[in-house]
Amino acid sequence: MKLRRTMLYVPGGNAAMVKDAHIYRSDAIMFDLEDSIAVNEKESARLLVFHALRTLSYEGTETVVRINGLDSPYGRDDIKAMVNAGPDIIRLPKTETAQDIQDVEELIRKEEAAAGLEEGSIALMAAIESPLGILNAYQIATASSRLIGIAFGAEDYVTNMKTSRSRAGSEIFYARSALVTAARAAGIYALDTVFSDLNDEEGFVEEVRMAKQLGFDGKSIISPRQIRPVHDVFAPTEAEVEAALRVMRGIAEAKKRNTGVITVDGKMVDKPMVERAERVIEMAKASGQRIPEEELHV
Amino acid sequence: MSENAIGREIRDSIPGYEKLKPFQGAFANTPLVRQEKGNRNLPRLNKLLDTVEQAVLKTGLKDGMTISFHHHFRNGDKVVNMVMDVIANLGIKNLTLASSSLTTIHDELLPHIKKGVIGRIITSGLRSKLGEQISAGIMDVPVLFHSHGGRARAVETGQIKIDVAFLGVPSSDVYGNANGFTGSSACGSLGYAIVDAKHASRVVLITDNLVEYPNTPFSIDQDLVDHIVVVDSVGDSSRIATGATRITSNPKDLLIAQNAADVIAYSPYFEDGFSLQTGSGGASLATTRYLADYMRRRGVICSWALGGITSQIVKMHQEGLIKRMLDVQSFDLDAVNSIAVNPMHTEIDASYYANPLNKGCAVNKLNVVVLSALEIDTNFNVNVLTGSDGIIMGASGGHSDTAIGSGLSVVVAPLIRGRISSVVDRVLTVVTPGESVDILVTDRGIAINPRRKDLIGYFHGSKLPLYTIQELKERAERVVGTPEPIKFGDRIVGLVEYRDGTIIDVIRNVAD
Repeated sequence: MKLRRTMLYVPGGNAAMVKDAHIYRSDAIMFDLEDSIAVNEKESARLLVFHALRTLSYEGTETVVRINGLDSPYGRDDIKAMVNAGPDIIRLPKTETAQDIQDVEELIRKEEAAAGLEEGSIALMAAIESPLGILNAYQIATASSRLIGIAFGAEDYVTNMKTSRSRAGSEIFYARSALVTAARAAGIYALDTVFSDLNDEEGFVEEVRMAKQLGFDGKSIISPRQIRPVHDVFAPTEAEVEAALRVMRGIAEAKKRNTGVITVDGKMVDKPMVERAERVIEMAKASGQRIPEEELHV
Repeated sequence: MSENAIGREIRDSIPGYEKLKPFQGAFANTPLVRQEKGNRNLPRLNKLLDTVEQAVLKTGLKDGMTISFHHHFRNGDKVVNMVMDVIANLGIKNLTLASSSLTTIHDELLPHIKKGVIGRIITSGLRSKLGEQISAGIMDVPVLFHSHGGRARAVETGQIKIDVAFLGVPSSDVYGNANGFTGSSACGSLGYAIVDAKHASRVVLITDNLVEYPNTPFSIDQDLVDHIVVVDSVGDSSRIATGATRITSNPKDLLIAQNAADVIAYSPYFEDGFSLQTGSGGASLATTRYLADYMRRRGVICSWALGGITSQIVKMHQEGLIKRMLDVQSFDLDAVNSIAVNPMHTEIDASYYANPLNKGCAVNKLNVVVLSALEIDTNFNVNVLTGSDGIIMGASGGHSDTAIGSGLSVVVAPLIRGRISSVVDRVLTVVTPGESVDILVTDRGIAINPRRKDLIGYFHGSKLPLYTIQELKERAERVVGTPEPIKFGDRIVGLVEYRDGTIIDVIRNVAD
């Protein structure tokens, strides 16, 4: 199971941060060539990220590059450079239609061929940051087999909606739910939007909990300080792990007794329950929690 | 046989007493006792002088003598420069300056070095222009660098024979009872100054806060003090101690701190009643925060914290996580305010803290210490004195004292500093020998000293990112490569004294 609980934004123009980004052990790092880079720094940031990806080892941390949109003068050059640099994922900004994905995919395919790379070597992610993007979320999520996930960007979204961010997040509740629903329907990952007040640790944890509850796989983050709180929220609790293990033991017991009906804690165990239990155990293992091996052989 | 002042015949000697001195009158040999009674104003019951110059002259300071200062006022210190200017104007030359440490504000001493007023320096550290110039070779005699404990030992044994100690104090009464926590220049513990006051031939207190007699509680007592001078200001309070030493927000320091706390909490030393010292550097200060989380979760209480006490330590004490504090140096205003009122917050002097040759110093009872490093080599030797350019820019401090005294010495450092690896084959300057360093914690991994086979066995199978120190060096060099070696000259500009008085390393001048 691939964990994408945390995707850490790293300004692509900051050499020190580009060099060190992986040491904080987020699940993914996202080198940004778009919003955090001034117009006169676009080329140097692209070059910096290109050489970093070609030279440095990110030691297993998934590498993502957010490129500039194709409607900008930089998007095509970003794609050309990044396909040759070889990150794990290219992330599109401000995606509104399935066509946006297909246009980028076409360019990537051409660059892969030109570079002699196997087709599909680079995966895609899309950021949905507008009302139109939210309305088209499912079409976007199913636009390409390369697309492994969609991420919500709330800042532009609330501007378009003629509102502003609140701590409760009621103004983006629908967008979040729509996006995560589309991702689930398409069988891809969903990442929640950034939380920009670094000093509001309590508010951040609350928001992460809500994102997890809505079904998101993880969160875009802007500082290494936000990594551990997210990982802590996404780690199953001991009680959750124990409940999941009871389900697995129930299945094992039913197999032994050759019965089709399984009850655990007085409840009938159905397929969704089993799937949830399996996901909890996988998440626990991925989070580094120890599950006794004998518990896993059911 | 002679007649004494009250007409009694007194022999010159009797068996068992070689020489008897006849009584000469009640006031004859007690210059500080007033001779006119009946007046509540006691003009002679004080040691006040009008100026620093008068004090210098009264002490009989001469060419070639040794003078001492303390560094509790840190970068707000006004005493050293003030006194040295007076001494220079009096034409006194070739002094040995034995200051417990010197900071950036002491760059003003450079003209006195160049003109020969200061001929020799003994200190824990040097920084800024002073460090640069001494590294370039402006002094004929190398600077002797000692640890805090080493200095106390040297002063007590007479290796450093202080002729006059000029000690700035935030408050004193007319008789010399002084403490560090009263007044606008409050600095907290006077741990380094107390040693000088006890052992210097002459002691001059310099204060900007003369208080009513008796100034209790006192850290320096009246029976040690010769003269007192009141000046406008002994220090810039905004640079002596400010509010609370803030926990860094630098993510790399926080990552190192988290790793260090993980290591300590996983170690066999993390048990109820353990003792702790953490430095004031970014990462080691932040370690206390993460360690506090572990302590709350596991119900572990620290029996005492040692050393430079900070706001974090005080807050942990107030929360009940630390029972007692032993304070040789208070790092911020929270610590200063605490030592003034809290009986569980005890001032200790540098000898009690770390003197290796007294009958027992506090570092020997220490379980865990977190220390910083400029560089560390593959033998775990640590340099905290010279920068990667070879220039003197730090201080030995209590580094080697606590490393050897503690059960677990944890050195924290970023693996890469700027474009240079912190782990090297051979550190430029050894301050703390590798045999006393147990674990290196960096942002990219942790290395346990192979000498600590017990710890290696203990940590085996943990989820901590463990590497050998060679592997950490290679990891860093894969990113930044190996720098060209610094070119040193042949001239020795510094001697690094280990705490026991032996020389552990020398510092050479940096070639142009």
